Amino acid sequence: MRYGSGPEVLHDIELDLEPGGFFFLTGPSGAGKSTLLKLMYLAERPTRGRITLFERDVAVLPRAQLPALRRRIGVVFQEFRLIEHLSALDNVALPLRVAGQGEGRVRDHVVDLLNWVGLADHIHALPRELSGGQQQRLAIARAVISQPSLLIADEPTGNVDDAIALRLLYLFEELNRRGTTVVIATHNQALIDRFGHPVLHIEGGRLERRPGSRMSA
Amino acid sequence: MARSRDLPLDRDGSARFLPWLIALMVYLAALAIAGGAALHDAVQTWDAGLAGTLTVELPRGANGAGVPQDRVDATLTLLGQIPGIAQATRLDGPAETRLLAPWLGQDVDVQALPLPVLIDVQLKPGVALDSDTLAQRLRIVAPGTTVESHGSWLDRLFRIAHLVEIGAGAIVGLIGLVAVITVIFTTRTGLAIHAPVVQLVHLIGASDAYVARQFQWQAFRLGLGGGGIGLVMTLVSFAALKWTAQQGLLPGETGLLPAFHLPLAGWIAVLALPLLMGLVGLVTARHTVLRTLGRMP
Repeated sequence: MRYGSGPEVLHDIELDLEPGGFFFLTGPSGAGKSTLLKLMYLAERPTRGRITLFERDVAVLPRAQLPALRRRIGVVFQEFRLIEHLSALDNVALPLRVAGQGEGRVRDHVVDLLNWVGLADHIHALPRELSGGQQQRLAIARAVISQPSLLIADEPTGNVDDAIALRLLYLFEELNRRGTTVVIATHNQALIDRFGHPVLHIEGGRLERRPGSRMSA
Repeated sequence: MARSRDLPLDRDGSARFLPWLIALMVYLAALAIAGGAALHDAVQTWDAGLAGTLTVELPRGANGAGVPQDRVDATLTLLGQIPGIAQATRLDGPAETRLLAPWLGQDVDVQALPLPVLIDVQLKPGVALDSDTLAQRLRIVAPGTTVESHGSWLDRLFRIAHLVEIGAGAIVGLIGLVAVITVIFTTRTGLAIHAPVVQLVHLIGASDAYVARQFQWQAFRLGLGGGGIGLVMTLVSFAALKWTAQQGLLPGETGLLPAFHLPLAGWIAVLALPLLMGLVGLVTARHTVLRTLGRMP
């Protein structure tokens, strides 16, 4: 994978994520974690090689078929990427509306989820009216509202304290138990050690897979 | 609680200036349509009024002497004997006064003017007489007589009117083209301004058509709203025109030209302009968005 005529950011990577798995993605800054995640959530296409997602080769998939695939993927962006003029409710409802779900079901479903992530008192708040931690939970709610088959989170615990980080990880584990494949990019070694899921370590454009080993809490 | 649109298009600068731009376009288009339709209607009226008529002119003598009455009577008698002529009537003083009033006013004594004798000839329906042949026959009893069929004058009038109608149509077409270009420009600008949100909704799973719908309905609303403003401006102008006519300040009211009258088809075209502008905006914005996003990887 390369951007324009620049150097290859990722090369010779072979990776197979088992459905229903839970993975941490680690590596130094600039190693290519974000690029790998972009390839996974279909923001980029590989310049060479092959990526098979939900049994479809996305490298050659027609553009018109990408939206259906993207709706099966939930993404928590590092910088949240909330829509500033939309309320918390409308931000979280966006994936359901994009998928064409009825407005009545959308509202009930979203309110339940906002309640679950502790934002029930902020459903009409704009993102700028929320703290960093609240915005992060809002971004996570948006990513999981449609119960995606694959959840990708880029540094989801970067802006929250340890207690909230732990709570978020439990939330991701709960989703994982319901069948969602989870990939979390993080620098938080304590969390990785605590939850003990397999680690995908990327460095120098190459990927190494390390087995998980849960430490006692 | 009302649902917000994903893209804050209402806050763009285009949402403020585009309606007024479209209002002016609709106003100009409505004036062009009204002018063209009114002229078309007037020409049809002239054509209907002059169809099946001829005007026979008996000239005065060389020294300015009046036309002898026996010459007029002989001409009328001969006209009455020609098959195909339904009626031949000499224009009297009041009729000549009405005819010349647009140029000379109502107070002029036309009897004192050295005018030729004019005979209005009404043909039977479907009858066409050759004006030259008729003139030759009439010159036997009244030398120097001419016959005017109005054909050449009407032909020139039709050509001029047709050119004006084509010009009005071209103006409306150009205004439509400018509207399309304006919508393309504002839509592309909107896509550039909202690129981060467009990219985000794409990643969430939105299709190009989903994004296009937001732009197309925004363009429809702006086109319809701007068109509505333009229509109000047009109706105010028409009302002002009517008031001016009622005050006798228009040439049409003195008989030189027909009074301004917009036929039903013209009204329909003018009233449909806001909706048409909304639809032009909708289709153009949708096409622009789909075309632009289609070039993305």
